[in-house]
Amino acid sequence: MAEATSRPLIELHGITKTYGHGSAAFQALKGVSLSIARGDFVAIMGASGSGKSTMMNILGCLDTPTSGTYAFDGFEVQSLSKDQRSLLRRKYLGFVFQGFNLLSRTSALENVELPLLYRGEKKAARREAAMKSLDLVGLGPWASHTPAELSGGQQQRVAIARALVTDPQVLLADEPTGNLDTERSIEIMELLADLNRSGITIILVTHEAEMAAYARTIVRFRDGLVERIDSGQDAGAAAHA
Amino acid sequence: MFGATLLLAMRQIRRHLLRSSLTTIGIIIGVAAVVTMVTLGNGLTASIQKQIASLGSDVLIAFPQQTDNNRQPRPFKQDDVIAVREQLAGVKSVAGEVNKNIHAFHNGQSWNSKVEGVSNAFMDARGIKMDQGRRFTAAEEESGANVCIVGPKVLQEIFVADVSPLGEQVRLDDVSCTVVGVFATRAQGGNNQDDDNSVFIPVKNAQRRFTGTDTIGYMVISYDPAYSGAAIQQSLIDLIRERHRLQPGEPNDFNIIDSAALNETVGSVVARLTVAVAAIAGISLLVGGVGIMNIMLVSVTERTREIGIRLAIGALAREVRMQFLTEAVVLCCFGGLIGLLLAFGLSFALAKVIDVPFVFSLSVNLLSFAFSAMMGIIFGYYPARRASKLDPIEALRHE
Ligand SMILES: Nc1ncnc2c1ncn2[C@@H]1O[C@H](COP(=O)(O)OP(=O)(O)OP(=O)(O)O)[C@@H](O)[C@H]1O
Ligand SMILES: [Mg+2]
Repeated sequence: MAEATSRPLIELHGITKTYGHGSAAFQALKGVSLSIARGDFVAIMGASGSGKSTMMNILGCLDTPTSGTYAFDGFEVQSLSKDQRSLLRRKYLGFVFQGFNLLSRTSALENVELPLLYRGEKKAARREAAMKSLDLVGLGPWASHTPAELSGGQQQRVAIARALVTDPQVLLADEPTGNLDTERSIEIMELLADLNRSGITIILVTHEAEMAAYARTIVRFRDGLVERIDSGQDAGAAAHA
Repeated sequence: MFGATLLLAMRQIRRHLLRSSLTTIGIIIGVAAVVTMVTLGNGLTASIQKQIASLGSDVLIAFPQQTDNNRQPRPFKQDDVIAVREQLAGVKSVAGEVNKNIHAFHNGQSWNSKVEGVSNAFMDARGIKMDQGRRFTAAEEESGANVCIVGPKVLQEIFVADVSPLGEQVRLDDVSCTVVGVFATRAQGGNNQDDDNSVFIPVKNAQRRFTGTDTIGYMVISYDPAYSGAAIQQSLIDLIRERHRLQPGEPNDFNIIDSAALNETVGSVVARLTVAVAAIAGISLLVGGVGIMNIMLVSVTERTREIGIRLAIGALAREVRMQFLTEAVVLCCFGGLIGLLLAFGLSFALAKVIDVPFVFSLSVNLLSFAFSAMMGIIFGYYPARRASKLDPIEALRHE
């Protein structure tokens, strides 16, 4: 942790991602270089199809770039095996997917417990941590409900609770407020801002300037490239640009 | 972690209860068939061996047998019995037996029975015990006295219940004799005769009054277990061939059964048959395994998204593999367990029907159960591997 300040948590260099092969090949990322400092609050914005989710998947170590280098806290992610990336995810990362991705027919509590299960936590410890995490997102009373019995906003919050339960260093959230009304969205953003204040690095994708305004750094994507990065005081103004 | 995986597997199976039950039917039938076959085979072996054991242990039985050139075999005579007793080392006792079907009369009742000319030595060799009264005395054997030992069946049929038969007269065809004893019921020889439906009289008497010759039907040679049955059998063959004046190359006009060797032979034949039948039954177990594999592949496809979520959250390939493997094994174990229960009932009932003892073997049951669990591993491995190889991103995108 001593060197944490001297080195960015995340360093990307010339990242490209090509989907498909031959004539069907499509380059979703065309050479992205980006650094994210520990403790930052980053909002990624950009038009639909500009490569935001692709970028998030790579940042979240779910996917590997076609070329380029990605160093996470010093780990060369692009050269890690699938299992090694899994270990990295379960240890350092929390991911909130664009479409919640909760296990259906499984209670909110058990969904939140899942990452702890793979960390090898004991049942009692899992229960306790999952309950705490659900309480944090204000879903304590809904612990035993299955996703089908929860509203979209509640499902989104279960997904956040699941991402938080392992005390990750980085929380990645792909449009966490995408299908929520403004009131709910603000609730979620306040929650994320609180988490960020407690030291968690947050990277989120959003279309809405209002939500991006909570961030300290705003990264704009356009056609698979970073178009502009605004940080510090500029960010607030840039959000509405 | 393993407890959680097990719980998850159970829940998954319960979620698709109908599908799971249908899938395990193959395993159920396979295990039930194998265990039933082996259990019945063991029962059959036990029943045959019990019949062979009724011959007595460490006993050779020699009887005349027709050779292929259609000449009547030379019957054994009392002299042969004496020669065997005196000339063969290792022989404890030799006893001849002659028999004839007769009517037994007593108390105004008639009964179809069999008179057997025997000696105390015969009863020793065949392990026949007394129920009431006594055996023959040396004098009775020597003179061929009119005394008899009746079988329990004869006693039951024509003697008055609750009145001691000892000292009573019984008429065998035209010959009257005095009952001196009743022999205990004996293990049935399995030759479709009721061995308890006999009346024993001294050999000499039987030859004089019933067969009219000095020939005997067969002889029972009991030998010292310290000697090898095969060696005694060979010297017995040599001796009888010599006494029958058989030239080298001429076939034996008699046959010798060694109870121990017979026991072994029959045991191994039935065992081999059992293995063969069980192997055929095992094929249905294999078919059941393929059914498991099929349903597991369906399950992996259906749950691609779930697998994606688990992988994305940090599950390792082997953890996902373990989850599906556990599910397949649990499924097979359920099938195996039900199969064992079914086999228990089935073999119990069938043993009754075909009249063999029900021999429950723990090792056969455990082994079959272990085998069904192994089916789960073998046939569950490929689907589980397939699940573990999924790419998290692609799996998450799966509809
Ligand atoms: N698996 C894939 N195969 C082929 N093309 C893909 C795949 N995933 C994404 N793409 C393409 O890559 C481009 C970027 O997709 P991506 O999902 O990153 O966009 P996005 O910025 O997240 O858009 P949105 O705001 O709509 O979520 C799109 O044009 C998309 O069609
Ligand atoms: Mg997206």
